[in-house]
Amino acid sequence: MTHLGYLIAGWGIALGTLGLYVVSIIRRGRDLARRVPAERSRWLTSNDDGSRG
Amino acid sequence: MSRFLADARLVAAKDLRIEARSRVVLNQVAPFALLVLVLFGFALDADQRTLRAFAPGLFWVAVLLCALLAIQRSVSVEQADGALTGLRLSGMSPAALFIGKASAVFVQLVVLEVLLTAGIIVLYGSEVAQPLLVVATGLLAAVAVACTGTLYGALASGLGVRETLLPILLLPVLAPVLIGATRAFDDALGSAAVDGWAWLGLLAVFAVVATAGGALAYGALVEE
Amino acid sequence: MTETMVTTGTTTGSGGSRVLGAVTLLGLATLLLFAFGLTEPDVRLHPTTGEEIGQFDAVRLLYLHVPLAVFTYVAFVLCAVASAGYLVRRTPWFDTMAHAAAEVGTVFCGLVLVTGSIWGRPVWNTWWEWGDVRLMTTLVLFLMFTGYLALRRATVDPRAAALRGAVVALVAVLDLPLVNRSVEWWENRTLHQKSTLGELKIQDLTLFTLMLGFLVFGLVLAWLLLHRFRVGWLEREDAEHGVATAIAERRAAIDGGDVDAAVGEDA
Repeated sequence: MTHLGYLIAGWGIALGTLGLYVVSIIRRGRDLARRVPAERSRWLTSNDDGSRG
Repeated sequence: MSRFLADARLVAAKDLRIEARSRVVLNQVAPFALLVLVLFGFALDADQRTLRAFAPGLFWVAVLLCALLAIQRSVSVEQADGALTGLRLSGMSPAALFIGKASAVFVQLVVLEVLLTAGIIVLYGSEVAQPLLVVATGLLAAVAVACTGTLYGALASGLGVRETLLPILLLPVLAPVLIGATRAFDDALGSAAVDGWAWLGLLAVFAVVATAGGALAYGALVEE
Repeated sequence: MTETMVTTGTTTGSGGSRVLGAVTLLGLATLLLFAFGLTEPDVRLHPTTGEEIGQFDAVRLLYLHVPLAVFTYVAFVLCAVASAGYLVRRTPWFDTMAHAAAEVGTVFCGLVLVTGSIWGRPVWNTWWEWGDVRLMTTLVLFLMFTGYLALRRATVDPRAAALRGAVVALVAVLDLPLVNRSVEWWENRTLHQKSTLGELKIQDLTLFTLMLGFLVFGLVLAWLLLHRFRVGWLEREDAEHGVATAIAERRAAIDGGDVDAAVGEDA
């Protein structure tokens, strides 16, 4: 395959960066979810207890 | 309306009076402007033909760098002694405050531009082929930079990292001003065959949007 | 982002988002298969000399670069809309969404520049091209939103951060047409114009793979936005919770007669 180095570099950097970003988000999420008490971390529907926004 | 203008003039006069007493722009920023021109001379191998060809761009880069300092100064003046709180409590409209401060920065920038123009004539051998275009560009660009800068100065104010934050916030936004003013100067200084007056149109649009938008946004910010 | 799922309490994941993640990964695998295995390189014959020209295999980078570029703009538009929403309504939802969209958008934008540069080297024979409209506009956009993220991180007060962020985001988006126009008028050649999407022999499979790329990176954006939004929301709740806890502790200390603890001199 021609330009293989460029292909590996391009796709590699992109997928690698996105992968690292995903890991970072998941990790941040875990740390925060641990620290925040349960009633504050519900993903809300419109008929919730009003603690949203 | 007259109250608005009176307030704005009050603020501008205050800022300029502070500058007249402290001479920060005159004693520190102006020498910095000349220093930037000299540095470019060293960096570009001090060949006058090269420098003359690039003078428009170098000029406007120097203006932007000086503007950063002038705006930092404009913001820090309010930080001392709770001055900003006093201004807000006085009932002055934030838009008037904005126009006042931006006007003071505008005046300082025009002074720096005059100095830098003399600088490129002497140091780089530039020739002013179209003085009217030079003046018009200088004024419009100064309005654009002063207004945008005053807004961003407020955005970055009150933070310990203001000095490092302001440049990266402000300079990308001013890219059209740099491009437009440089092209207009290319024409005005005869270093390229470009229609400088067309670029002036772009600068004018930017200046108007920056003034109006800045006044609007400043109000929202200062209310915090 | 009004999912009806409750968190498990230990992550930002939920039943729905896990499904999304799995589908995204599957789509990504399929995209890679098509991009590298099933599509042809771009080879054309020069009209006069008859030699082979074209991007050859470099075209496979476009299945990555173009979708990333499209969704960069989607993310930043979302940020601008959310910022405007915040300025009007002043609710945390808009602010959290704006911040999430900006962060994900900036990551995508940086990748657009990098993948574009890598693609440009073999195809245009240069890593960078000044005066190319799309390149310059994307670069300035990247710089502006890097500034946005730095400002948000540096501002301690959440309300101030939200307000300032909203203004910066909107100014950035309003400035963009001016940046675009000024670079366009600038005298230089525009390689992007000579844009190869038009030149490509877009056979069915190439077009399909490109569309697949759009789908997959759209899913990637959705997943990232969802989770980054939740992280932002939790950060806000965490900060509020921290403040509330501190206040409660001080109150308890006052009620318990321990004045030193109440004023914070616990030593």
